[in-house]
Amino acid sequence: MTVLLSIRDLSVRYQRDGVAALKGVSLDVLAGERLAIIGESGSGKSTLALAVAGLLARGVEIGGRMDWFLPASAGAKAPLSVLPDISPSRGEIGSSVAGPLLAASKIGEGGDHSVISPLEGEMSGRTERGAKDRQPSALATSHPLLGRDIGFVFQDPSSSLDPVMPIGKQIAEVAHTHLHLTWREAIAKAKTLLERVRLPNLDATLHAYPHQLSGGQKQRVAIAAAIAAAPKLLIADEATSALDTIVQAEIVSLIRRLVAEDGMTLIFISHDIALAASLADRIAVLRHGELVELGETDQILNAPRHAYTRALLDAHLGLDAEPLFDRQGSPA
Amino acid sequence: MSVLTVSSLAKRYRRGGKPFAAVDDVSFEINPAETLAVAGPSGSGKSTIAKLVLRLIEPDAGRIDFEGQDLLALSGATLRAKRAKVQMVFQDPLAAFNPRATVARVLDDPLRTHNIASRADRPRRIAALLERVGLDAGLAARAIHEISGGQRQRVAIARAIATRPSLIVLDEAVSALDVSVRGQILELLLDLQRQERIAYLFISHDLGVIRAVAHRVVILDAGRIAESGDARDVIAKPQSAIGKALVAATPRLIRNRP
Ligand SMILES: Nc1ncnc2c1ncn2[C@@H]1O[C@H](COP(=O)(O)OP(=O)(O)OP(=O)(O)O)[C@@H](O)[C@H]1O
Ligand SMILES: [Mg+2]
Repeated sequence: MTVLLSIRDLSVRYQRDGVAALKGVSLDVLAGERLAIIGESGSGKSTLALAVAGLLARGVEIGGRMDWFLPASAGAKAPLSVLPDISPSRGEIGSSVAGPLLAASKIGEGGDHSVISPLEGEMSGRTERGAKDRQPSALATSHPLLGRDIGFVFQDPSSSLDPVMPIGKQIAEVAHTHLHLTWREAIAKAKTLLERVRLPNLDATLHAYPHQLSGGQKQRVAIAAAIAAAPKLLIADEATSALDTIVQAEIVSLIRRLVAEDGMTLIFISHDIALAASLADRIAVLRHGELVELGETDQILNAPRHAYTRALLDAHLGLDAEPLFDRQGSPA
Repeated sequence: MSVLTVSSLAKRYRRGGKPFAAVDDVSFEINPAETLAVAGPSGSGKSTIAKLVLRLIEPDAGRIDFEGQDLLALSGATLRAKRAKVQMVFQDPLAAFNPRATVARVLDDPLRTHNIASRADRPRRIAALLERVGLDAGLAARAIHEISGGQRQRVAIARAIATRPSLIVLDEAVSALDVSVRGQILELLLDLQRQERIAYLFISHDLGVIRAVAHRVVILDAGRIAESGDARDVIAKPQSAIGKALVAATPRLIRNRP
């Protein structure tokens, strides 16, 4: 499998002298895979998601590097290539773009720059702190663009939806901005998307406002907006945690279907190991900002290598869990 | 005799101008040292039942008998005395307490308002309560926002048991906790139940947790009881549509155990 994103030695510190939210995390995200990232509160799951999406605020200290290998857009057959030395929109993370360059084409270099195979040797030839004093703004598009290349679904759908804008318009805006559709085309696209996320009464829903929908329906809208520009990568950060069990199962199967239909790569962040396992090909386990284990779902469940993974598995209370009380303890 | 008997309870609200029943003809009872779980999808009326039992809201119909007395008919000092015997623990202890209050202050409140201990005696009682829930007595001086989520939930439990209640209403009390901490809190609750014969009205959307701690379960659908019975039996073989949907939607950890 080809690598979509290579993360090396990623460290994040929100405050100087504070504890690191991520410590030296290295992992590859494979193109087309469903990767779950699990861990308890404070383990760094969301920080990792935000770092990948380029959403960490300025002033947050970031070390290490991230190299992107965005796959060829359909039809294009350019050789895999890397733009050396492209700085990301934010200083410290290394970022490279391979293939016909979703991003690089925007900076006017067409398809024939290029050069170093991302699979061998030097990538961007830049060390982790090298970017600090560079001025990345001109090359900002080299980091995959949120909304266009990366779709992000948050835990609380209300936080990503505008309360005073009709739902259809919010989704259309993404298509309008990133796919360069006319408004008329974008609205038509929004309608198709609402259908794809299985919202009822399409015409009424297009004109509805977020507060008129249930939590599960709002999350469907947020997902529709996240995939509106056909991103390569979908990140769902605890996207079902605020929903009840039945709605959660519906949203998980929606995500599973959309990811399969569009060939998206999925990063699914959850505190719930059983939920993660129901969706993921591979599972990464974070604890206190460190990656303790990464493996195929089957290996993580049946042959966990790390004691912490085992503890998480044992703490799960499933429908087959032994009751904590003994029957003698029940009332007369 | 049951600790709590709820009969034909109803609570109506208006939605979009039209009345609807948040709780509709609900009856159940809980015995001493028993855990009755209430499950159901979001909006099915679980928290409304909790608020009715705690008398935070008034029902439109029905009866609530607590330790043999009609709770709705009580007032004044008798109501206050009975109220001390029904305590609560909610999902988010931060929201329940002033975050800047100290742990000692949070535990001092019930001891004082219910005249459980003299002023001089209260520090000792607070230390004992902390110890009872597995916390270091040194934590008393800390502010609520300075302790971890798991510690906060232990403080909430300490506060709930300060008045030696016979019933504690727990509304999603372990839902926000990490699984490792959750296990410890559930063990603590069970230990308290064994020692003090406290009954629990245990509200949760998580059937796995319910199966682990509850003797019986009531499954709600749109304010009404869809089914009820032995927790393990109901979860193993749900009869109602909503019961089946809840069981089917619960994520399973499929491991090939040796
Ligand atoms: N104060 C209120 N005014 C109007 N409607 C209310 C009020 N409180 C609750 N409701 C409605 O009553 C119904 C039951 O709500 P309740 O909070 O009891 O559900 P729940 O089972 O606890 O749900 P959840 O799992 O989401 O906590 C819902 O439709 C809710 O919107
Ligand atoms: Mg509730």
